Amino acid sequence: MTDLTRSSAAQLAQWIATGQVSSVEVVQAHFDRIAQVDQAIHAFLSLDYDRAMATAARVDAKRATGEVLGPLAGVPVAVKDAFTYEGLPTTCGSKMLEGWMPPYTSTVVRRLIDADMVILGKTNMDEFAMGSSTENSYFGPTHNPWALDRIPGGSGGGSSAALAAFEAPLTIGSDTGGSIRQPAAVTGTVGVKPTYGGCSRYGLVATASSLDQPGPCARTVMDAAMLHEVICGYDPRDSTSVNAPVPPVVAGARRADITGMRVGVVKELGGPGYAPAVERRFAQAVDVLTGLGADVVEVSCPHFQYALPAYYLIMPSEVSSNLARFDAMRYGLRVGDDGKNSAEQVMRLSRGSGFGAEVKRRIILGTYALSSGYYDAYYGSAQKVRTLITEDFTAGFESVDVMISPSTPTTAFRLGERVDDPMAMYQADLATIPSNLAGNTAASFPIGLSDEDGLPVGLQVMAPPMCDDRLYQVGAAFEAAMEGSWGGPLLNQIKETAR
Amino acid sequence: MALTNADVARLADLARIEVTNDELTVLAGQLDVILDAVAAVSQVASADVAPTSHALALTNVFRDDVVEPSLTPREALAMAPAVEDERFRVPRILEEEA
Repeated sequence: MTDLTRSSAAQLAQWIATGQVSSVEVVQAHFDRIAQVDQAIHAFLSLDYDRAMATAARVDAKRATGEVLGPLAGVPVAVKDAFTYEGLPTTCGSKMLEGWMPPYTSTVVRRLIDADMVILGKTNMDEFAMGSSTENSYFGPTHNPWALDRIPGGSGGGSSAALAAFEAPLTIGSDTGGSIRQPAAVTGTVGVKPTYGGCSRYGLVATASSLDQPGPCARTVMDAAMLHEVICGYDPRDSTSVNAPVPPVVAGARRADITGMRVGVVKELGGPGYAPAVERRFAQAVDVLTGLGADVVEVSCPHFQYALPAYYLIMPSEVSSNLARFDAMRYGLRVGDDGKNSAEQVMRLSRGSGFGAEVKRRIILGTYALSSGYYDAYYGSAQKVRTLITEDFTAGFESVDVMISPSTPTTAFRLGERVDDPMAMYQADLATIPSNLAGNTAASFPIGLSDEDGLPVGLQVMAPPMCDDRLYQVGAAFEAAMEGSWGGPLLNQIKETAR
Repeated sequence: MALTNADVARLADLARIEVTNDELTVLAGQLDVILDAVAAVSQVASADVAPTSHALALTNVFRDDVVEPSLTPREALAMAPAVEDERFRVPRILEEEA
């Protein structure tokens, strides 16, 4: 019998809809797979077996009565542990929220439920989404299924690894500086950051509110598009939600034709800091796009070199403000409440004990950037750079339909390699950060393996705000062109994962 | 510029985070490196550039004032570190009198 965990979500949905397999069988197969491999991968922080099986049975019963179901009904999905879902803990990978049961459900999860999808559990992440490796999770790192001694990316490394290890066909991520795209790139999976405001942040624990954006993660471009249409769209509960129709991303993925499309290679997202093997693979991808009829030119975005510095001022500043809510008074960890310590002392002790090193570093950095006397030089200047980066995008998109770059400067690095060197860790998001600062949409698609270490390389595609469908058009065209030479999805070439 | 341990201690104090002396030393060194790198923003942030605080130019988004179900006291208090008389119990907020 076909291994259900190796199938695409679109295929599973079709089989479930036509009764060839039941949702119960599909969901059980994924829990079996998780039981088999997750000890080695550690993609999951919690599992929701009983509720998932009950949901699957309900979907099967609905189908049996002839009810018309949604396009992904009965298909399993896993959710990054930054989204609230009543009945499961939401930890954000932090000791601060260990065991915290949220009293409400996020809009993204609500939409998965309304679409009759089956939630398997919650996935591992860097603490409060700060990191590029999942090594900052209080609950221990996730391992890359391509090579267990390598990082799966971060902050959403649990969501990317769960896909690459065939533990879930679809997962949800959130992208503040690359936390969907960088993990996708280093695990050979697909990750999309929708246009800022395209997907509701209601119930996503805030990291940096002006940058955070939930999005779909999948193994195929069409699967990501189908999930995108389920989770995106206007939500009155998010005051930054865009009140406009969701871009036609499934149609974009189906079209998969880029004849005549104007594609701009961003000159500044390459060169020093980028591994030669990544650049070689990227150059081959550019050739493939040209071969598919795209009109590829070079574009210059001169201020992108200031994106990383601006990001590491804006992001920590917002973090220092957002994480002030963890004050040990109403929820979360409380330490030192001995009847003698004041509320302020308890707050200090709790935050000192509950936050990990990277979170403390960013809160203190943000506190500095916002402090009197430094505000203009740091935070104020960074906000001006944000304007300049947005203007670079606007100018570039006057002459091209999409821009492209390598998604990451290197392939997956080794666990432990960068933990003591914050600046080296931050470089992992060199190419992904500009789109968070400007708010446009961007994705990472697998383009093959490095000729040096045999690990996956990602292609980043960036499109103007609310033109998310263009990403899928490029990704699907590329995927269709490559599957022949790869002999199926790139992920079939994985060797290391325990089978 | 070099941050001293005392500078970092003051910032940690503002952020209400208890840090050990060892943490202070590590943080001071790391923050120096990071601040050196991020200072590059001042090279292009000239007076004629307007700042951007947000990717969307939205202001004052309102919704209709409609009563919806909200959390019960029991739900709101379910995850509280300490509860007393259907309220959050917090440590004393005033310093003890001398």
